[in-house]
Amino acid sequence: MPESFFYFIQQLLNGLTVGSTYALIAIGYTMVYGIIGMINFAHGEIYMIGSYIAFAVLAALAMMGIDSVSLMLISAFVISIIITSTYGFAVERVAYRPLRNSNRLIALISAIGMSIFLQNYVRLAQGSRDIAMPSMISGGWTFGPEDGFHATVSYMQLIIFVVTFISMTALTLFISRSKMGRACRACAEDLGMTGLLGINTNQIISITFVIGAALAAVAGVLLGMYYGVINPYIGFMAGLKAFTAAVLGGIGSIPGAVLGGLILGVTEAFTAGYFSSEYKDVVAFSLLVLILLFRPTGILGKPEVEKV
Amino acid sequence: MSECLLEVSDLSMRFGGLLAVDQMALKIRPGEIVSMIGPNGAGKTTVFNCLTGFYRASGGSIQYKNQAIEKMPGYKIARLGVVRTFQNVRLFKGMTVLENLLVAQHRHLKTGLLAGLFKTPGYRKSEEKAMERAEFWLEKVGLTEFANREAGNLAYGQQRRLGIARCMVTQPELLMLDEPAAGLNPNETAELDKLISDLRRDHGVTVLLIEHDMKLVMDISDRIYVINQGRPLASGVPEDIRNNPEVIKAYLGEG
Repeated sequence: MPESFFYFIQQLLNGLTVGSTYALIAIGYTMVYGIIGMINFAHGEIYMIGSYIAFAVLAALAMMGIDSVSLMLISAFVISIIITSTYGFAVERVAYRPLRNSNRLIALISAIGMSIFLQNYVRLAQGSRDIAMPSMISGGWTFGPEDGFHATVSYMQLIIFVVTFISMTALTLFISRSKMGRACRACAEDLGMTGLLGINTNQIISITFVIGAALAAVAGVLLGMYYGVINPYIGFMAGLKAFTAAVLGGIGSIPGAVLGGLILGVTEAFTAGYFSSEYKDVVAFSLLVLILLFRPTGILGKPEVEKV
Repeated sequence: MSECLLEVSDLSMRFGGLLAVDQMALKIRPGEIVSMIGPNGAGKTTVFNCLTGFYRASGGSIQYKNQAIEKMPGYKIARLGVVRTFQNVRLFKGMTVLENLLVAQHRHLKTGLLAGLFKTPGYRKSEEKAMERAEFWLEKVGLTEFANREAGNLAYGQQRRLGIARCMVTQPELLMLDEPAAGLNPNETAELDKLISDLRRDHGVTVLLIEHDMKLVMDISDRIYVINQGRPLASGVPEDIRNNPEVIKAYLGEG
């Protein structure tokens, strides 16, 4: 097979890797939008906090002299998920719930304020310089011709695929099978009616924020280790990308967020691979503009229904 | 009248400069079927919205089982056993018929996340109970064969019946129906008449009804409240209301 084929495969793999983490973050946007109809612009910052907590855990374990890779990875995931979820919960309680019944624009501004606050809070506490995140896992699996270009799947990429897959399966089961998931879907359809059936909708909204933050934390740990560098500003771009992915797939739809994330990741990777990596953000956000112009409801989104 | 299930006095609801409901009073005893009637825009649905915590009343008191509920959030009122239907039904249209009935029993499934994950015996038992109750009501409203259909795809009359079943699985004591017969044909209305009577007789619910179909109202109501322009106009047994000149004037205009 020609080299160009392996080059193509390599770009596709890179795209799917980044895309699946976009999808994890995008689910947080889409679930919150689905239930309370607001864009949580602080969600990118939640992802960034997830990365920082993972770094702190890895550093602390390394200082204690623990060098078991699996133990370090698992503790990074678990602790980051727990603490980041707490942030997600707190953000909703402090910045959104008091504004629930006010104009949508007010909640949006509060979200932007929260985003700026979190970014600067991490900057003050941790400094604004890049931090090198230990990659933990090196090596990979190479295929293709011995000489010339060959494609590589790094073990880190494999871990990203596996962890993303597990997270999404767990989410799907939760949403479709559990009684809480059922209540989440009911809230997304008609928040007022769900309350009148005796369901505490504030609790369901909190759960939604916690799930979104937990998935963002998973993405934070994975991407932090994949890129190897974190700083207080990574949340901004990741948040915008994930938001684009959510809109692309149809905001409010969970499968849409996954699809949008993958399409966006692959598009970026191909742009970087075949044109220039300088252009990948241009293409990503042009995609957002095009979608908003020609299909504002996204790929899997349903047309907005007037709520009474 | 200490045995009142629901006692509303001097209820008012103001939207900006508009006084939509004023000096409204209601008394409902357990086991009664009480109707609220009045011309369009009289404020009947607004009263419903105040009673269920959907709106917060501007003034007055609402006592349910001698407990003040006028400041409670809607979900707490629902937990006390007060549930309602809407004129526009408001089913969860993207969910199946069965899921609509299961989600309404959410709070009866007293189980945590972990119990659900590991399907503990307690969880299974409460799930089974919820399923049984759902199936019972599906049968009662004649929707058993549609259990796995998306609720939004049901015919209009079926959607209305599902709306009532969804209320009933929450095991309410006070069922509030907002124009349940709207858009139904005479046959379906007759079935509804029978269903509402059954609900009281077999399941002990008290019913508060808003309805324009006078035949239905006169047939099943124990007492009727007439509202006009946000204020109580008359109340009494159907016979009195039928012959009340004030009521006739409000409905037909000043001749």
